[in-house]
Formats: sequence, C-alpha cells, structure tokens
Amino acid sequence: MPEGTLCNKQPIDTAEGITTLLADKSGKKYYEEMKHLEVDTDLLWKTIQNTCKSRIRTWLEICAHCGMCADSCFLYQVDGRKPTQVPAYKIQSTLGEIIKRKGKVDADFMIHCMEVAWSQCTCCNRCGMYCPHGIDTGIMFGYLRGLLYQQGFVPWELKIGAGMHRVYRAQMDVTDEDFVDTFEWMVEEYEEDFPGITVEVDKEDADIMYTVNAREVKHYPEDLAEAAILFHIAGENWTVPSKGWEQTSLSMFAGDWAACKMQVESVYAAMERLRPKRMVGTECGHAHRATVIEGPYWAGRKDGLPPVESIHYVEWLAEALRLGKLKIDPEKRIKQKVTLQDSCNYVRNQGLKNAAREIMSYIVEPGYFVEMAPNKEHNYCCGGGGGFNGIGLYRAQRNQALQKKRDQILDTGAKLVVAPCHNCWDAIRDLEEEYEIGIEWSFLKPLVVQMLDIPEHLKPKEDDL
Amino acid sequence: MYAVLTGPVFYLALAVCLIGMTVRFYLYFRGLSWQLDRVAYKAHPEAGFKGAVRSIYKWLIPFGTYGWRTQPIMTIAFFSFHIGAVAVPLFLAGHNVVLEQKLGFSFPTMGSGVADFLSWAAIAGLLFLVLRRLTLPEVRILTDKKDWGILLLTFLPFATGLAARYQVGDYGFWLTSHILTGELLLFAIPFTKLSHIFLFFASRAQLGMDFGIKRGGMKGTKMAW
Ligand code: HEM
Ligand code: SF4
Ligand code: SF4
Ligand code: SF4
Repeated sequence: MPEGTLCNKQPIDTAEGITTLLADKSGKKYYEEMKHLEVDTDLLWKTIQNTCKSRIRTWLEICAHCGMCADSCFLYQVDGRKPTQVPAYKIQSTLGEIIKRKGKVDADFMIHCMEVAWSQCTCCNRCGMYCPHGIDTGIMFGYLRGLLYQQGFVPWELKIGAGMHRVYRAQMDVTDEDFVDTFEWMVEEYEEDFPGITVEVDKEDADIMYTVNAREVKHYPEDLAEAAILFHIAGENWTVPSKGWEQTSLSMFAGDWAACKMQVESVYAAMERLRPKRMVGTECGHAHRATVIEGPYWAGRKDGLPPVESIHYVEWLAEALRLGKLKIDPEKRIKQKVTLQDSCNYVRNQGLKNAAREIMSYIVEPGYFVEMAPNKEHNYCCGGGGGFNGIGLYRAQRNQALQKKRDQILDTGAKLVVAPCHNCWDAIRDLEEEYEIGIEWSFLKPLVVQMLDIPEHLKPKEDDL
Repeated sequence: MYAVLTGPVFYLALAVCLIGMTVRFYLYFRGLSWQLDRVAYKAHPEAGFKGAVRSIYKWLIPFGTYGWRTQPIMTIAFFSFHIGAVAVPLFLAGHNVVLEQKLGFSFPTMGSGVADFLSWAAIAGLLFLVLRRLTLPEVRILTDKKDWGILLLTFLPFATGLAARYQVGDYGFWLTSHILTGELLLFAIPFTKLSHIFLFFASRAQLGMDFGIKRGGMKGTKMAW
C-alpha cells in the first residue's frame, strides 16, 4: 500500500516526527506525496458504517435541494456567489458522494474533498440556522474532516498541529516547564506595579483554575500577566495547573479525534487533581469549544459536561464587573467608536452572546459601541475559523474570506474591534494587513487592565518606589 | 380498476406509508448517539425537549424564524404549497367520506371554497418552486432528476384532483387518475425525500435538542431561530 514518508495515514506521535515534517517547508514534498497516497477504501467504508448514523444520513437524504442555505454562507457571498459554494452542494458533492460510492474513491477525489473541507468551510455552523430542515452542514464537514484525517488527506499544518497535541499536549512545542516558567516570570515583571501579585501553580481547592492558549506562552506572554493582574485585583483565589493548562485543540480542526481526547483529558485530569470550584479559560473561541463544549464527549462523559463548571473568559469578566470585583475608571473608558466580534465558537455554539456585551457596557463610554450587522448568533465567521488561518496552501482563499468581516467592520464605522477570540483576533490582524482599512483590534484583557480603578490597598506604596 | 384502487391498493398504500414511516421514525431515534452526535440527549431530557419543541414550532410559523424572514418570497411559496399539501388531503370533505367508509373514522372537514383556495394556492406555490429551481443558479446546481420526479409526483394528485373537481372532460378518468397518483405518492413517502413529511420533525427535533442541551440552551440562551 503506497504511503509517503511524510504524507501517510499514521498520526505523528514523536517530537522527531514533528521536526521532520516541519523541515519540509510549506509541505512541498508532503503534498506531492499525497497525490499518490492510496485510499484504504475498506477502512473508509467500515468507518462510515460505524460512525455515520441516522442524524447525518437523514440530513443527506432529506435535504430538499432548496438552496435556502446558500446566502447564509459567507464563503458563498465572498466568492461571487458561485453555486459550488452553496453549503448543501459542498457537502453533497463530497461526503454525500463518498457515501454514495460506498467509500470507493481515489486520491484525487480525496484531495478535492480536503480542499472543500478546509478551504470552503470554516465549520462556523451558520448555515445550520438557516436550513428549514435543520441540516447543519458545518457539523457534517467536521465529520468529513475526521474521515479525511484518518486516510492521511489533511493539510500539512494541521497534521503537524495534531501531532503537537499528541506530543506536547499543546498546540505548539511548549512544554509544561515552559508554561510554568513563563507564567511565573511574567508575573514577577509586575510585582512592583502590583504589590502582592503572584501565580500559585497547582494550588488545590482554589476557586478558579485558569487555562490558556499555548500561543500566549510562546508569542504573547503579556496576556498571561494581564490575566494574573485581573485575577489579583479582583481578589480571586486562583491557580494554574502545571499540567493540563492548554485549552486549545488544533486536533479538532484536523479531525484527529484520538488526539482531541488526549488533549482534553489532560485538562480534565488537572481539574480532578486540583479540585477547583470552576475553570476559567482564556479569550479563545475554539479553545472553549474544544475543552468545554465538545470535549466532554471526546472524553466519554455522558452528561456532556466537564468535571467542574467551566466558563469562558468573557463570562468571568462580566461577572467580576457586575459584582464590583473589578472597577472601571469612567474617565478611562473607550471614547471612540468600537465594535465587537462575536466568536462563532462560543456565541453561536454556546449562546454566550450577552457576556461580552455586558462587558462593553462597562468599558465603553455610552454611545460609542456599534454592533455589527448581523450579530450575535447570526454573526459571520471572521474568515479564519476552523483552521483556515493557519493553512498556507489555502492562503488566497482565506484572504478572500476575510472580505466579509472587512465589510462588516467598515459598515460600523468603528476603528477599534474588540475580539475576545484568538482566531478572530488573528484574522482581523491579517485583514488589516491585507486590506489596510485603518483599524485596531484588541483582546479584552489589555483594554481592561488599562482602565482599572485600583483600590488604594492594592496600589504600590510611595516609599516602595 | 376503480374497485382495485379504492380497495386493496388503498389499504396497502396507507399501510406502507404509515408503517414505513413509523419504522423510519423509530430507526431515526434509535440511531441517534450521544457520543457520535456529541449531544447528551438522555442526560438532559428537559432541556432537550424544550429545544426540540421550540425548533419545530418556530419553523412551522410563516416568517417565524430568521431563515424564513430573510427569504420572504420563498417563504410565501413554501407555505402556500405546504398548507395545501397537508390540509387538503386530510380535511377535504370528499376524502373524509372515503375515510369514514373505509376506516370508520374521519377528520373535521373544510368547506369547498376553502379547499379550492388552498388547492390553487398549493399549485401556485409549487409552480413557483419549479420556477425557482429552473432559474436560480444556487438551486439549479443542487437539482437532480429525482427532484423533478418528486415535484411531478406531488403535482399530479393536485392537478388530477382539480380536474375532477371542475369536471374537465371525463370525470371518471380524472377521478381514477387522482386516486392512482395519490396512492403512488403514499407509496413513495417512506422511500424518497418525501419522507421529510415525517422526518422533518425528527431532524428539527435533533438540532433543537443540540441547541437546547449543548449549544446554549442550558446556559439559559434560547436560540433565535
Ligand atoms: C407537516 C408536513 C411537512 C413539512 C413540515 C414539510 C417541510 C418541508 C420543508 C422544510 C421543505 C424544504 C423547503 C422547500 O424546498 O420548500 C419541503 C420541501 C418539499 N416538500 Fe414538504 N413538508 C411537509 C409535507 C409535505 C407534503 C405533504 C408534501 C407532498 C404532498 C410535500 C412535498 C414537498 C416537496 C415536493 C418539496 C420540495 C420542493 C422543491 O422541490 O423545492 N411536503 N417540505
Ligand atoms: S437549506 Fe437545507 S434543505 Fe435546503 S438545500 Fe440547504 S441543506 Fe438542503
Ligand atoms: S458551516 Fe459556515 S462556512 Fe461551512 S458551509 Fe456552513 S456557513 Fe459556510
Ligand atoms: S475564528 Fe472566530 S469567527 Fe472564525 S470561526 Fe472561529 S470563532 Fe468563528
């Protein structure tokens, strides 16, 4: 059975494996090998028979071919309304076709499916809300990705990303030591400005266990410090685990369900070990989706819930402001037009539409907050979801996909976009780079840190300075 | 011919449709898997039930959802066709006389004026759906031969029924054709896309449970369908 040395059906389970694949710049050889990768049609059909049950089969069968989902998909809109971008067409011509042919498809077809699954759908689940039959094409694309991953037809970056989770239990090569050291070091940097600030690692029975996105450790350590500052000022009894601190899951984008399970179980193990009252995750959309919304199912938890109550950063922040644990200096509120990006992963997919708006009501001078249209659960994907941001092969398509968010932002007239989601944040940064519309973008933490009204006893004493 | 169609074939068609759909309904729900679908159906029956009911009910109301409101013309066509397609067969006075005779029970009936109106509205709605299928590129690309077959199969009982009603030419011929095509439709329901007549409720209930349990329902956020 012809399999490439780089492109094959085996998941990556070692650090060397990751290095080897990374050395193949942009996956040149990897994609070359993919053209000759043989499809294990028996395995494909067996997997479908075992995992494609009545929900998806019925969706595929009763689809009225009515096209009402067409306009709901932002990729259809930005791609000149090409009929091939209609959600129902995209899924019927890929997953539907594989099932029709009982898994007997070749590498060319699988490569085509890969392109559709990762460059024509961000799994934003918007179309599901517009189909009269309740057919959620985004879910089906998630399922298709799993089939493709199993056969080795997955974009290079995501094969690596899933491997990272398998090896490091993090989306990048950040070790547990790196995490703890970086967090402690970043907090030390602020000891003078915020006397008494600390980060306690592995504290048992705390009120809050905080988990992050590995990118913060590697590229944005400031974010860790800001989280510590806000917990400190709010007087929270909080901790971080030395293991199981990573909330994200590129394996979810890749469709590597086994890696998803390993990743999320590492976080749940930390919850069980440290017994916090709650877990709070950082400002990331897919991380929350992976650990809190989908994770329980990968881990086999029948109640569909994580071991302890787990909330998104926006929920914690809204609560802290509401309870007066954090106070905003009215002088420092945002006094320019500002808009908000609703992340599909926790707004459409967990209904958290009010939390971020509540926060905005505290941090923005009345009259300056402008909603995007449409918004809340009807919001469009930022353009970079579902792994799209990270895939070099589909960069041109991704850049086109950003146009929807660009136009939505332009329509608000706002020059500042609050994006409490790493992926959305990246996409908005890239859209500014690509289209130069003169906007700034931000997470909530840095904004809030700057406008805090800090109680006297938490301020540095004059003679300490 | 008439005797066979109103006798054994009538019972057979009805049985195939009802038993077929009962089986399919049962298989649908048996095939739901909390872990594969990633929805904890059994753990949270109340949240699931609320979500399911809400998702069905909202979509049955004309302009009741965002989806319907964003496409008003489609919505009008859909409801003019479907109200007739569901109500006329069930509540037509003539049909209920037959039901009473054959099965010993009947539904309330509607006046012939209402029935005429709904039938014509249904035909108009259906013609619009056909036009849409012919002209809109995003619908054309989805269309296959089966779709045309289903549309024809749906159109025929209405067309023949109206021809008989207005006694265009040979009444006996139209009546027999009407019964025949109506029964064909019943036979086709469990085996084609027409199964949506029942499975619509299953599919909508499933997504409703998903949103009711996992995607916000238990956080107290109702999905704005
Ligand atoms: C309560 C019962 C029913 C419900 C909830 C229902 C629901 C739906 C929905 C949501 C669609 C997709 C939207 C569209 O294409 O217009 C549809 C399409 C369709 N339905 Fe129904 N339906 C029901 C009963 C029926 C009946 C009784 C018939 C036929 C006698 C029928 C025939 C069709 C046809 C032919 C289409 C496809 C139209 C096209 O080709 O565009 N439906 N139905
Ligand atoms: S709206 Fe639903 S039923 Fe209509 S084509 Fe799209 S997926 Fe199929
Ligand atoms: S899930 Fe989102 S991106 Fe994918 S087809 Fe539906 S609307 Fe388009
Ligand atoms: S990146 Fe943000 S907007 Fe885009 S799909 Fe993910 S959550 Fe949605």
